Amino acid sequence: MAVKRVRFTFPENLIREPLIYLLGHEFRVITNVRMADVDEKTGWVVLELEGEADEIARSLAWAQEKGVRIDPVTGDVVEG
Amino acid sequence: MSFATNLRCRECHREYPLTATHVCEFCFGPVEVTYDYDGIRKTVTRERIAAGPASLWRYKDFLPCGAATAIDIGAGFTPLIHAKNLGRALGLPNLYIKNDTVNPTWSFKDRVVAVASSRARELGYEKLACASTGNLANSVSAHAAAGGMEAVVFIPNDLEAGKVVGSSIYGPTLVKVRGNYDAVNRLCAELAGSYNWGFVNVNVRPYYSEGSKTLGFEVAEQLGWRAPDHCVVPIASGSLFVKIRKGFDELAKAGLIDAPKTRMSGAQATGCSPVATAWSEGSMNFRPQRPNTIAKSLAIGNPADGYYSLVQLRDTNGACAMVTDEEIVAGMKLLAETEGIFAETAGGVTVASVKQLAEQGRIDPGELTVAFITGAGFKTLEAVTGALKTPLEVDATVESFEAAYTALHAAEAAA
Repeated sequence: MAVKRVRFTFPENLIREPLIYLLGHEFRVITNVRMADVDEKTGWVVLELEGEADEIARSLAWAQEKGVRIDPVTGDVVEG
Repeated sequence: MSFATNLRCRECHREYPLTATHVCEFCFGPVEVTYDYDGIRKTVTRERIAAGPASLWRYKDFLPCGAATAIDIGAGFTPLIHAKNLGRALGLPNLYIKNDTVNPTWSFKDRVVAVASSRARELGYEKLACASTGNLANSVSAHAAAGGMEAVVFIPNDLEAGKVVGSSIYGPTLVKVRGNYDAVNRLCAELAGSYNWGFVNVNVRPYYSEGSKTLGFEVAEQLGWRAPDHCVVPIASGSLFVKIRKGFDELAKAGLIDAPKTRMSGAQATGCSPVATAWSEGSMNFRPQRPNTIAKSLAIGNPADGYYSLVQLRDTNGACAMVTDEEIVAGMKLLAETEGIFAETAGGVTVASVKQLAEQGRIDPGELTVAFITGAGFKTLEAVTGALKTPLEVDATVESFEAAYTALHAAEAAA
């Protein structure tokens, strides 16, 4: 089993979609939300994903395909 | 000896020992170093600081590592100049420039890497690593060399030759990563999680970011132990912006200056402006961006301290400017032509932002304002070469020179 920590950022058109619920149903991945902030225009969720590494990777590709931006929880690692 | 006591989560305030931990295990919030301020207050005086070295290590009591064993290549204690010419051009008679272009590897990154590399070595790391588009790579390579550590430095594969040489001269393992910015970012985040190396801005980040406070300490000391009224600071990850103010606050906690009322304003390039955009929309939630600007040293689309930058803008009654690539080049030229300082593109962002904020009335001419210039222009020559006057080319005769010189003045007079 692998564990991955990520930050999802939702564009305005996805704010009302239950994407984290759907991700848990579509893939054998346990989602655990640790921090979040959502308003009318945008929203972000920091969460931990637990499952087989391949399954986590597939679930993230699916979320990205839906329009979610996925980043490391630490923000950008590359600096000037 | 250090007065650092713990790491504390900035969100849920849980505390951790002073290890290589960068996020809270409970809420994944960022952690930062806490200090024994009573101890600092009893020990530290203005005289004790003034008797220290002419480097950032004069503020060792406020830093999270032992100064005696620090990796010291002379970072910090850079000039603060009263920018009378630039101030006249912008209508700001009380404008000062903190000139951090003169650090050992020509950028403010020497401050953060001095602290991060020293703490990494204290924690037992033998390898220092980072992912960078230039300045950070240069500084990590230099500090690792001086500290007898191995450096592994990841850079995008399309980086300009000058920036590559600025790292490779120090002998690190340089890794050119094929792929776009997001791909490089993802790879390096994964490597930072799986290799037991001191990634200066990832697992050692709480210590790294403390180095930025020294800019605040220096400015206050150089102003005769007072905080300025207003600061204009370039925002990339946002850490520098937040930590300069923390520097003023800590000096006040130590009883060395009066409580600061400094307004903190930010500077971003339009092509990478997540904080400035959120600020202009009145939102505390920034949206990550894909950077597209000549100011590559500020090109952080998903800034780790973006939220805290917005909090600071709000709490200090600051403002956040965003400037175009053309304005950045004009800012670089204006700074060079008025003050004799050749800054990199980030300096152009800062000067153009000061200009914009002054024109909008967001900087009061009466305010003692400090603009932070964070890196030297030789790193980003390509940004300005096409925008500068071409040299006169003459034969080796007086006649040839005089003909060309007269023609130049005639052309300038006609323009």
